[in-house]
Order: sequence, then C-alpha cells, then structure tokens
Amino acid sequence: METFRVLIVDDETDFLETIVNRLLKRNIDATGVPSGEKALSLMKENNFDVVLLDIKMPGGMDGIEILREIKKIQPSTEVILLTGHASIETSMEGMKSGAFDYLLKPVKFAELLEKLLAAFDKKNAHLEKLIAAFEKNIT
Amino acid sequence: MKRQIYANLQRKIIFITLLVSFIPLISLSVIIYYQFTQVFRNKIEEQIEYRARVQSNAIELFLKERTAILLAMADTYTFDYLAEKNKLERIFQIMNHRVGGFIDLGLIDSTGRQIAYVGPYNLISLNYYSQPWFREVESKGVYISDVFLGYRQVPHFIIALQRQENNRRWILRATIDSDVFESLVRAAQVGKTGDAFIINKEGSYQTLLRFGGEILSKSHLDPTLFGEGTTVLEKADKDGKKILYAARWLKKNSWLLVISQDASEEMTKLFKTKRIEIVIVALGCLMIILTTYFTTHLTIRRLETADREVNELNAQLVHSDKLAALGKMAAGVAHEINNPLAVIAEKTGWMEDLLTEEDFQKSQHFAEYKKSLGKIEEHVERARKVIHGMLGFARRMEPHLEDVDINEVLTQTMSFLESYARTNNIVIEKELETDLPIIASDRAQLQQVFLNLLTNAVDAIGKDGNVHLTSRRIDSEIAISVRDNGPGIPKEYQSRVFEPFFTTKQSGKGTGLGLSVTYTLVSSMGGTIDLDSEEGKGTTFTVRLPVVVPEKK
Repeated sequence: METFRVLIVDDETDFLETIVNRLLKRNIDATGVPSGEKALSLMKENNFDVVLLDIKMPGGMDGIEILREIKKIQPSTEVILLTGHASIETSMEGMKSGAFDYLLKPVKFAELLEKLLAAFDKKNAHLEKLIAAFEKNIT
Repeated sequence: MKRQIYANLQRKIIFITLLVSFIPLISLSVIIYYQFTQVFRNKIEEQIEYRARVQSNAIELFLKERTAILLAMADTYTFDYLAEKNKLERIFQIMNHRVGGFIDLGLIDSTGRQIAYVGPYNLISLNYYSQPWFREVESKGVYISDVFLGYRQVPHFIIALQRQENNRRWILRATIDSDVFESLVRAAQVGKTGDAFIINKEGSYQTLLRFGGEILSKSHLDPTLFGEGTTVLEKADKDGKKILYAARWLKKNSWLLVISQDASEEMTKLFKTKRIEIVIVALGCLMIILTTYFTTHLTIRRLETADREVNELNAQLVHSDKLAALGKMAAGVAHEINNPLAVIAEKTGWMEDLLTEEDFQKSQHFAEYKKSLGKIEEHVERARKVIHGMLGFARRMEPHLEDVDINEVLTQTMSFLESYARTNNIVIEKELETDLPIIASDRAQLQQVFLNLLTNAVDAIGKDGNVHLTSRRIDSEIAISVRDNGPGIPKEYQSRVFEPFFTTKQSGKGTGLGLSVTYTLVSSMGGTIDLDSEEGKGTTFTVRLPVVVPEKK
C-alpha cells in the first residue's frame, strides 16, 4: 500500500489521537490538529492528500468555511466531512463546496479507510489527468 | 355523550320545523273552516227564509183567492137566491170549479141560524149565534177564523162574510178543505226531517205536524219570539236537537207559518267537508312530520360524519406534530451521544490494533481481552445503529428526484431478502401492475421504505408464511401494499407503530425506528402510509405515492 498523507481536524482530542494512531499503524501518514485555524496554517506549509474534517454547527470557524479555505489553498486535496451532527443542510452545503463525502460519527473504521482510499484514488486520477493534459500541451 | 348531543340537536330541529309548519297550516285550516261554516250557514238560513217568504205569500194568495170568490158570490146573488138549496149547490160547484179547496158552504141569517148548507155534514138549521166567529164576522164584515172544532167536532177553519141586503143582514160561510190547505203548507217542508206548519197567536197548531202533534194542541214555540217580516232562529227541541226555524206572520198577524229544519241534517254536507278537511290537514301534518324527520335525520347523519372526519383529521395532525417533536428530540439526543460513541469505537479499535502485537498474544487472558473488545464493538455498533436510525428519522431531506420505476425498485428490494426468506420458509409473492408510470422520486429512499416494510413483514412471520407484495395505480396515486400473514398488530398498538422507539420486537432485535423513518420518508415524498391489521390474520401496510411525472430532459 502506498503511503499517503492525511490531515485530521477534530477538537475531540481523544478521538483525534486514537484515529491518528490507528492510521499510522496502517502506514498512513496521519497528522492531527484540534482546530480549523491550525489546519489551515499547517496546510500552507505541507501538502496533504486527504483532509478528514469535523464540522460543527456551533462556535468557532464554521466547518464549511474551513472547507472552502482548504479548497483555496490546496484545490486537489480531497476533503471528507465527518460529524456527529446530522444536518442535511450542512452536508449538502459541504458537498456543493467540493467535499468528497460526508460521514456520520461513529463511523466504522473499515468504512473510513475505504473512503480515505477512494478519496486518494480520486485525487490521483485527477492529478493524472492534469499531468496528461500538461504533457499534451507540451508536445 | 356525543350521540346525546346529536339526538338533542335533531329533536330541536324537528320541533322548530314542525312548529313553524304546523302553526300556519292549522291556523289556516281553522280560519278556512270557520269562514266556510259561516258562508254555509248563511246560505242555509237564506234558503229557509226564502222558503218561508215564498210559501207565506202562496198561503196568503190562497186565502185571498177564496175570500175573493166568496165575496163575488155574495155580491152577485141575493139571500133568497142562495137560500134555495139547489142554487147554493150550484154556486158551491162553481166556487170549487174556479179555485177549489172548499169543503162546504152555508148561508146564515142574522139570528145565527143556518138557512141553507151544502157539504158533507148535517148542519142545517143549527144556530151559530153563540159561536165566537159569528161575533167576529158581525164586527169585521169578512173573517177568516182560526182552526176550531165547531158543531162537527172536526178541526177546521172558515171564511165568512156578512152582507147587508135592504134591511136584512146575512152571512155566507165556507169551510176550507183541510187536506188542500195542509198540502199547501206542507209544500214548504224539505229534507227528511224538515217540517212546515202554522200556529196561531196563542201558539196552537193550525195544521198537522209531519211527525205527530195534534191540531189545536199547544206548540212549544213561543209566537212572540217572531217579529215582523221573516224571522230565522235556532232553538233546541225537547230532545235537545238543534232545530232551525224560519217563520213569517200571515193573515194580518194572526197565524204564523213556521218552517223547521234539523240544523244537523242540513249541516251534514258541511260535516262531510269538515271531515275531508281534517283528513287533508292530517295527511299534510303526517307528510310534514315524515319529511322533517327524514331530512333532519339525513342532515344530522351528514353532520356527524363531517364532525368525525374533522376529528380524525385533527387526530392525524396531532399525531404528525407528535412525531415531528419526537424527531427533533431524537436528533438532539443523537448529537450528544455520537461524539463519545465515536471515541469509544476508536479506542476499542486501537486496543484491538494493539492486541495484534506479539507481546499481547502471549498474555494469559488474550482471548478474554479479544472477546471483550469484540463485545464492546458489537454494542457500539448496536448504539450506532440506533443513533443513525434516529438521525435518519430526523432528516427532513428534500428528496433527490430521479426517474423511478416502482416495480423495478420493489423487485430489487425483494431480492435482498429472498435468501433469508427462503431459509425461513417464507414465500414472497408479487402481484405488480405491469404498466405503472415512471415517476419522479428518490430511488434510495424508496428502497429504504420498501426494505423496512418487507423486513418487518418477514420478521413478523418469523417462520413459515407468506408475504404478498402488490403495486397498482389508483387514479393519481400508486399504491404499494405489503401484506403478511403474521400474528397481526394488537389494536392498542396500531396507533403507535409509527412513533420512534416503539417496537414489539424483543429487546435488542429492533430499534423501533424502522417504521418511524419509513413514515418520515414517505411523508417527505408527498405520500401517505397506513396499516390495516387484524390479530391472528396478519398486517397490511399500504404506501400511496403521488404520480409525479418526470420533467422532460
């Protein structure tokens, strides 16, 4: 399995820490940050393939806002929304704003892995297309 | 209680309707009857009065004619001529020939002795000087007597007149034939009980009565009751029967012609009219009562049905409000539980990850750890299902519209359950209408709905049975029914099956969310769902979806 970089954003530190450990154990380069602001600043310096973003309804920087910011900084990075709140408006908004998928906590780990891989594949496919287009332009 | 209100209302409407119908009807009939009676009575009185007038004129004429012919004879012939029997006989014949109605004729001298006589009685040479009529003739010249017995001892009356011939006064006297006179009077009588008779000033009968009553006997009528002209009055007879009398004075107010008539006999026609009127009014009343009753009955039944429908609608509204409130609450609870549950799930997963490392595998209780973690995971999964079910319920998602072939969705959903059903000996039959329209709906949600219903049906049966799946178009709806022959839902639970967390399945076997989610999904698609269940026979859930024609692309 090729290693890819995942950024996990969640203020529930117990959850964050465990999920990072479990991903690391499976050779996925996982990094955890407890807030959207930190995620954005980190992403300005490091590339991530997939971001697992916890969105909340109340307080702080709005989850959807962070998603849009992420998409501005690294447009090819796929974002999976993960939340304990089932708000269909938020999920729809998220999908419209370019999220790859929307998962409801608690999520089965196997399912989470699958989604991460799918998102990674999509990104790769996207990049391949870009490269192919680029090569075409050169020749 | 409710029935009582409707019954009261019905009684009130009937009472008021009858009141406003009966008052005018009955007053009108009474007024018409009264007016009619008046008119009828006036007519009867007019008739009897008319007869009295006409007949009294006829009688007066009769008497005048006889008086005139007697006067003519007395003026024409001398005493000596008349005194001869054969001559008097000749004159008597002429008189009877001309006007008739005479019984006898006699010539009386001034001493009162009857000189000559023609007639059936032997009255020759009798002296009348002391008779009351003799004085009357002497004083008045012409005299018509009342009825008296006289020498012949038979009731009769006479016309007598006095003549002065030189120095001699004589009297010519004729007796009127009672039969002729009687029949003249009787001509005025009418009907089966009517009578016509004459009484004198003293109230004695001058003619025979129709039904008994001796001549010269005293009448029960008081002549002073009758005034000038023709008098009509009603009086009860000795049997208390009402008799109508019309009377008119004759013969210079010395005789009274009386025509009597049984009022009731004359009124028979009126009574007949009265009976007909009563029958008509009674029939009218009966028709009003029946019409009022049936109309009111119908109206009240309609009202009752309408009220019941409104109540049912209200109950449904309350029910949906309740479901919505429960949904909100469920969502709120879910939010609070999801995050800790996620931590538990991940921590457990991490521990499992760690257990795979070699050190732990050698541990004495490795199997026990592994098993416990498995249990934790199992129960987290159970909790997760509940919570996600709740959130599914709370979802008020705008359905994502796509072209859906209901039958295809049903067939596909059925296939998920086929192997499970087969192992439990459950037969799933389908009866799908072939050319159902393609509708615009949410395929995934529909699949969820059908899956929930089919799962419930299969679970309800348990083992050995059948599930009947039908689809058909009814007007602008597609109805999908899932019928099982399971144990059915007890009546007391039927109204609660769509509530979240309501389940009759064993603890841990069902979340109690399936039907509430189904309900919400169907509602959000603009459809309805209802159930029909009988204990011991089975349950049928019917989903009705509006036929929404997909937009042309």
